[in-house]
Amino acid sequence: MNDRGKIVAGLIIFLVLITTPIWMNLVAEGDAEGPEIEILTKDVPGQDKCVKSKTEMAAQHMDLLNTWRDEVVRSKARVYQTADGRYYAKSLTHTCLKCHSNKDKFCDRCHIYVGVNPYCWDCHNEPKEFK
Amino acid sequence: MSDFTRRDFVKAASVSLTILALKPAANLLALESLPELSPLMAKRWALAIDLRKCLEEKNCVKCIEMCHFVHNVPHFAKPKDEVKWIWKESFEAAFAEQDHPFLSADVKVSHPLVMCNHCANPPCVKVCPTQATWKREPDGVVMMDWHRCIGCRYCIAACPYGSRSFNWRDPKPFIKKLQPDFPSRMRGVVEKCNFCEERLAKGQLPACVEACEAKAMVFGDIEDADSDIRCLLQTRFSLRRKPSLGTQPYIYYLV
Repeated sequence: MNDRGKIVAGLIIFLVLITTPIWMNLVAEGDAEGPEIEILTKDVPGQDKCVKSKTEMAAQHMDLLNTWRDEVVRSKARVYQTADGRYYAKSLTHTCLKCHSNKDKFCDRCHIYVGVNPYCWDCHNEPKEFK
Repeated sequence: MSDFTRRDFVKAASVSLTILALKPAANLLALESLPELSPLMAKRWALAIDLRKCLEEKNCVKCIEMCHFVHNVPHFAKPKDEVKWIWKESFEAAFAEQDHPFLSADVKVSHPLVMCNHCANPPCVKVCPTQATWKREPDGVVMMDWHRCIGCRYCIAACPYGSRSFNWRDPKPFIKKLQPDFPSRMRGVVEKCNFCEERLAKGQLPACVEACEAKAMVFGDIEDADSDIRCLLQTRFSLRRKPSLGTQPYIYYLV
């Protein structure tokens, strides 16, 4: 009984299968394209910058929103000061969505792409100016 | 560099220093425009309801409608699903300790306005397992964090005034007219009057007080000896609901 050939063949097939993602990635050339997000809001006077830099916001906006939520609801601290000294109300509806008014093409596109389902909008609303 | 004189340097330096000095001032100006920066503050908020004035307008529900509109309180037709922040209660239920068989007929059939009493010793806060409800210091507002409420309804059982309602169903489709400035709630969450804490934070009086055309409601700092509410309580006889329970309610009824 000599099954060496079968075993080696089986191992090779197993290795090829388990490394498929690597081969597929090499064949696909380059990175997968992320979602395209757009800000369609017309200029809001005096608001040309976000409360933090773009990279920080992309990576940490959920932490910032969580912190804002706790500070507003539990410690009555409702005003946020940016690193460069500007002041904002800590509010998803009134501050964030004022500039990022097109939730469907800004928030949702990324959230759908990465498969997260934040329940902020179960209760919080889009401001009425944009409806 | 010879044409850049000392005089030019001093000029340039003073201009740039002025700009630097003005920048925080500009930020401060932007700050003034935020309503959150001029909140109403108090040592202890309290509300006095003039029962005489209120009961004269028997069918008036302006305060209730206004409160339920600004806070997105859902309207359920079935009483068992009912959610309410402020409502009219039968005298017998509202003032059980004052009820007796020979009470004047007018009073007996009256329906005084009731809501969360923002007690100094709130039983709802004691029983909450997640600290989703708590008494805010120093102004005494009994707050709720709907993010944290797990819907166990211990607080509903603990509150002797029935001030708390549970969302048995998703409330959103039952909100008559959605008010986007204030969040709605989700199914499985308890809600109650928040003393318009979100309006106080922007320098506005509670919605019910503002809506009352008969001026039957007076809201103010009860620890401030010169406040309107304090003067009223000094000059008129007042009642509180179920005082024997020791909850120390802060809604006063002027009779």
